[in-house]
Amino acid sequence: MPESLSRRDFMKVSVYFVGGIVGATVGLPAVGYLIDPALGGAAKEAWIPVGKIADMPEVGKPYPFSFTRVQVNGWERTSTSHGGFIIRKSDASDDLVILNSRCTHLGCTVNWKDDERVFLCPCHDASFDAEGTVLDGPPPRPLDRYAEFRVTEDGVLEIFYKEG
Amino acid sequence: MWKKIFDWLNERLGLNEMQKNLLDRPEPKGNWWNTLGSASLFLFILQGATGIFLTVYYTPSPDHAYDSVTYIMNDVAFGWMIRGIHHWGATLMVIVVFIHMLRVFVTASYKYPRELTWLIGVGLLIVTLGMGFTGYLLPWNQRAFWATTVGTQIAGTVPFVGEFILKALRGGPDLSALTLQRFFAGHIWMLPLVLAGFIGVHLYLIIRHGESHWPKKED
Repeated sequence: MPESLSRRDFMKVSVYFVGGIVGATVGLPAVGYLIDPALGGAAKEAWIPVGKIADMPEVGKPYPFSFTRVQVNGWERTSTSHGGFIIRKSDASDDLVILNSRCTHLGCTVNWKDDERVFLCPCHDASFDAEGTVLDGPPPRPLDRYAEFRVTEDGVLEIFYKEG
Repeated sequence: MWKKIFDWLNERLGLNEMQKNLLDRPEPKGNWWNTLGSASLFLFILQGATGIFLTVYYTPSPDHAYDSVTYIMNDVAFGWMIRGIHHWGATLMVIVVFIHMLRVFVTASYKYPRELTWLIGVGLLIVTLGMGFTGYLLPWNQRAFWATTVGTQIAGTVPFVGEFILKALRGGPDLSALTLQRFFAGHIWMLPLVLAGFIGVHLYLIIRHGESHWPKKED
């Protein structure tokens, strides 16, 4: 004799089944809604044009550049400014050092002193040489570099920027 | 195993008695119109749940309220659904509560010993309307802004104290950030608490007195 399902058990199973579907239909979107911002993509990255290579002819001279990035978090937009210096080490257009002008100590912006040929940080008198190496002061490491860059066909220098 | 857990809880919480007294009450012969109270309760819980979820992203400031609602609608996963349920549920709740009141009136269920249930029910209807009124401003779009301008002006036509009521509602003579903030506070804290408290008493009275039977010819 085949196992028979009583009316009561059938009702029970049906209620659990339908209840499960209803619960999932409501619950899964609710969870998705709550964790949505956590599912955002990884750090944003972009190639940012910083100037024409033809405008930076002199070898060894830091050419300043700056750019702004806009972050959108939900309904809030914040823009952050970034800056740095491009230094040609030779006549080859890909022989460059691109430094971030943010001091590695506490984040002030360093300035180029042409007569002393150093980057000077106004906050704590730190100095760096033209390659970004620490000469004096409290910074724990040399100036950060934009290590990845490229020159487009039109002669525009682009640096690779990664957020965070 | 489940049975053991249930028995342990049941012995301490008295789940069976609770079920017997709260849910397994004797009922007069049913009618679909008698389900509108439960429907109202369900909608209240639904509005509470979706409303709590909306506060995860909504911000009650004039600078960001509209943007945050747009963000919920366009960018958050299922945000359109949560807000859609809250938006349409609000309208539906007003309708259901109102028809529930009509049913009680038509079947004369407000009579002795249920007068207090009726009075509190009237309070529930008014607070429900208050929820609709305060919630309408929160998206901070043109329609919300002008609806509240007009709504508070109507309240301002009360003789003698009208101007005070208008200022108290708006938090000043004009609609401003203060208006939005106090409507928000009223919408998510004060009115829901009053509503929940009233619902508690309303339900207690229904359990205490039982449901009224559908009137017969002799009644």
